[in-house]
Amino acid sequence: MGRDILLSIRGLRIDGRSGDAWHPIVKGVDLTLHRGEVLGLIGESGAGKSTLGLAAMGFARDGCRISGGTINFDGIDLCTAPEAIRRGLRGKRIAYVAQSAAASFNPAHRLIDQYCEAPVVHGVMPREKAEGDAVDLYRRMRLPNPEDIGFRYPHQVSGGQLQRAMTAMAMACRPDLIIFDEPTTALDVMTQIEVLAAIRDIVRQSGTAAIYITHDLAVVAQMADRIKVLLRGDEVEEADTRSMLAAPRQAYTRSLWAVRSFARPEQPPGRGTPVVSVRNVTAGYGAVDVLKNVSFDIHARRTVAVVGESGSGKSTAARVIAGLLPPRKGQVLMGGKTLPPGFRARSRDELRQCQMIYQMADTALNPKLRLRELIGRPAEMYLGLTGTALEARIRDLLALIELEPDTYIDRLPSELSGGQKQRIGIARALAAEPQLIICDEVTSALDQIVQEDILKLLDRLQGELNLAYMFITHDLATVKSIADEVVVMQQGAVVEHGPKAALFAFPRQDYTRLLLSSVPEMDPDWLNRLLAARGEDA
Amino acid sequence: MTEIWRMIGQRLLLGMLTLFIISVVIFGATELLPGDLARELLGQSATEETLAALREQLGLNDPAPVRYWNWLTGVLQGDFGVSMATQKPISELVGTRLGNTLFLALYAAALSVPLSLLLGVLAALWRNSVFDRASNALALTAISFPEFFVAYILILWLAQTGLFPSMVRITGATTTGDLLYSAFLPALTLTLVVTAHMMRMTRAAIINLLASPYIEMARLKGMSPMRVVLHHAVPNALAPIINVVALNLAYLITGVVVVEVVFVYPGLGQLMIDAVTNRDIPVVQAIALIFASAYVLLNLLADVLSTVTNPRLMHRT
Amino acid sequence: MAVLVSLIVGLGLFFIIGFAARAGLRAAAPARHRPMFRDMPLTASFGLAVILVYVVVAILAPVIAPFGEGEVLGDQYLPWAAPHYLGTDKLGRDMLTRLIFGARNTVGIAFATTALAFVAGSVLGIWAALAGGWLDQGLSRLVDALMAIPALIFSLLLLTIFGTSVLTLILVIAAVDATRVYRLARSVAQGIVVMDYIEAARLRGEGNWHLIRREILPNAMAPLVAEFGLRFCFVFLSISALSFLGLGIKPPTADWGSMVRENATLITFGDITPLLPAGAIALLTVAVNFVVDWQLQRASGLKE
Repeated sequence: MGRDILLSIRGLRIDGRSGDAWHPIVKGVDLTLHRGEVLGLIGESGAGKSTLGLAAMGFARDGCRISGGTINFDGIDLCTAPEAIRRGLRGKRIAYVAQSAAASFNPAHRLIDQYCEAPVVHGVMPREKAEGDAVDLYRRMRLPNPEDIGFRYPHQVSGGQLQRAMTAMAMACRPDLIIFDEPTTALDVMTQIEVLAAIRDIVRQSGTAAIYITHDLAVVAQMADRIKVLLRGDEVEEADTRSMLAAPRQAYTRSLWAVRSFARPEQPPGRGTPVVSVRNVTAGYGAVDVLKNVSFDIHARRTVAVVGESGSGKSTAARVIAGLLPPRKGQVLMGGKTLPPGFRARSRDELRQCQMIYQMADTALNPKLRLRELIGRPAEMYLGLTGTALEARIRDLLALIELEPDTYIDRLPSELSGGQKQRIGIARALAAEPQLIICDEVTSALDQIVQEDILKLLDRLQGELNLAYMFITHDLATVKSIADEVVVMQQGAVVEHGPKAALFAFPRQDYTRLLLSSVPEMDPDWLNRLLAARGEDA
Repeated sequence: MTEIWRMIGQRLLLGMLTLFIISVVIFGATELLPGDLARELLGQSATEETLAALREQLGLNDPAPVRYWNWLTGVLQGDFGVSMATQKPISELVGTRLGNTLFLALYAAALSVPLSLLLGVLAALWRNSVFDRASNALALTAISFPEFFVAYILILWLAQTGLFPSMVRITGATTTGDLLYSAFLPALTLTLVVTAHMMRMTRAAIINLLASPYIEMARLKGMSPMRVVLHHAVPNALAPIINVVALNLAYLITGVVVVEVVFVYPGLGQLMIDAVTNRDIPVVQAIALIFASAYVLLNLLADVLSTVTNPRLMHRT
Repeated sequence: MAVLVSLIVGLGLFFIIGFAARAGLRAAAPARHRPMFRDMPLTASFGLAVILVYVVVAILAPVIAPFGEGEVLGDQYLPWAAPHYLGTDKLGRDMLTRLIFGARNTVGIAFATTALAFVAGSVLGIWAALAGGWLDQGLSRLVDALMAIPALIFSLLLLTIFGTSVLTLILVIAAVDATRVYRLARSVAQGIVVMDYIEAARLRGEGNWHLIRREILPNAMAPLVAEFGLRFCFVFLSISALSFLGLGIKPPTADWGSMVRENATLITFGDITPLLPAGAIALLTVAVNFVVDWQLQRASGLKE
């Protein structure tokens, strides 16, 4: 590149404490960053990417310690420099943007006071100038009412706006380096676009170097010049963004890239009586209608994906089908027969037909029960299995979800990985021998590689067991890979409904088009194209 | 701002309602007794005349709601009725003793609040240090000691050597200085017991606060530890600390009972114990109502103060 | 000087008992539980050892006590000398004997009271959390109102009305403390009831009894056990305080709180004998608190 090296990390090791023992979190990583360059750090949870990002500020969280290596920032060794020197750099020359802006702004102070704190305390500029600067930056971050928004308290401002205000705050001293720690992970896809665009523009315009930490490949593709892949505290590989996307060298990286490529052939359209039919359902909590006149069918062997932003009513639809929320109007039919609205009034057999798999396997599995009981209980209840028949059924189910029965049958959920827990959630649903399984964001809490395994498993089981799936998700990439039909929801109503291929190719509604186009793609030019296209529209 | 006044108004109403329910419970508890209160109090050997006289005196011949109404209207005018044991008006018995008890509680609060806040904050800042562990073990020990144990140890150590008096006499001629000196041991006993609780709760509140992402953010902005604590932690720490203090002051109010007995301190607690021993129900009811009201009012005050100091509530859109 | 000596002796004993108990527990524990005892702080092992001693003394009281519980044996306030190693009380009963029987009476009554409060409070609390609706609202508002009256004051009021006997004492304290247990059990259960696995079990068609027994209780055990320890301390201290005030366990039953009261005059003469029963109360409470504190820290540490 031929530019100055701003940050150089060599052989960095960081340990974390659990109880009285130390275990490594970062295991000897090298990192070089030039002035004005954006480096993407990517990895799954537990890869040590946040820890590494904080170390670039010479900072280790409580319960962590830097145990080896050097961190050289523009000629200053952050490992050996006195705390006063490091403190002088933080906020002034190296700034940080946290994942949750809502939690990271102090609730007791106004945004502009928090903005001005670093420049004034570090002696960069007086308060008046800092306030003027703030308004300018707020404007450049495309915040509404840039003159006034600073005089609000954090809880008076929305999440996407706070994230932009936090980026503005990081820019306050015109730092040489900003660490972005998953700044858009907590946001909706639509909001994410705005924040991504604002962050990228401001970083490019001011020539600031940045480390952009994320687990989302498509996002990092838009933001970074170079990408470094981490796995459990070790570096896997590093390359500039385009060549990394085009030709990943390591198997692990390829497996990350491959996730999005899983797509199953679309199933033939359903015939006959649908497994479940939602007819003109209106439902809600208190006086508010969360669902408004919603109708759709789900046939056997078909997967219907229900998509929409948070608050669009997609989970509420699932709760109505399950009987957790009796509808105000309309009804739910199963196999052509009207179901009682509340689950308490449903027969055991009606309950058996419809099973749920939850987003968080951690809260969906009783942590004190062994797998034997977790999976066995539905089989025992619904099918009346006992003794050896029950034992055999549990073992079959474990085998079905690709877990070795002898090894796992007496384990507790805490002795499983995240993906294995989700498999148990699936096995528990299968144990009831249902016709319909409602999958509520079942992959969104999982790492991408694991997501793919779960999707493949669900696909295989559907073929073998003739299942109908209702797949609730906000992740359109997942929809692309597994759905047959798509129901798009907005503010409690179905805005569009149709076969996947047709809907993705020719969205009829503006909202669907907007939603589909907001999903980041693994193409470094995607954001540019999108912004250009939207600019023309506007 | 109107929002906050509405919330404070709500709290006050709720407090009044609580006080009302408490008065019902305290008065109505006598109704729980199976059979006749007068006979229960006087025993099986009592004659019909004495029973009738007692019923007349307690107003037992009226229906309960009427008696409650009479009692409540009396209380609201400062008239708690007449003691069964001494036949004196209860307000007379209670008057000066309430002042003495409040003095003792305030004295102990003045000693314990600054001490425990300081210790709690230090323990939180130096988490897992020797100081933290030792103070935690000591606090646990102090919490575990019955008040009379602490009191007698202090008597053994400080009164036996003649440093401080082990009994408190209050006459008309007692000056505030005398009182501070002679009430030192009871106040110290209460302080030791309450400080342990308050210190542990303060520590927990501060540790909870220091784990917030905005504290980490302040550190990552290069702010000095002093500024992090004073500018970022303290404004958010007020509400939890106010609650801790109020909870413990409320505890102080009941803690005085045992301590007053040990040190023969002429306060409400001792009067209550005498009344319980004599089964002087009107006196017990009056004092229970006073203690419970103080407890409710303290909690109410804490509630209102922490509402006022909560920035999220102060600056509603 | 005496203060210093007693402090040093006390600390020394603490460390010796703590180390010995920890070593013993590590050796005696089954392999599966051994890691738990490995990281055990000294305070906790000391606490466990003390609790064990109290339990043994309480069970074996008639065997190890040198005299009868209420036996009047000689002059009052005899000094510490054989055969009355800890002297005699104001009626001439053997102090050591009454201390030993006190372990049985005071601890036993406190334990029974705690158990009663605990069963009533936690059953109602979990039930309220599970049922929700008007039952939960009604019970919770009632408990809120009762809890607005300080515990000791409320106990005193009830004792005045119902008179003071061991049975009323147990019932009154249990009733007052059950409100506190209810509050905790309800909030613990509420945290569990919102979990997806409870929803899954409900959707499966499980009844309330199965939900409580298999889904809620196993997950509520850790906080409830800790609460039992803390509650025991409160109950034990309340009963002792009431006995000390002359309103609890009545003579001739040997009880530590009333023993302090009966012999308190000795303190003004510099005799520490009345402090022994008070110390016995304090020591057990400290021990239980140490163990509970350890368990609570373990539970919070595991969460991280």
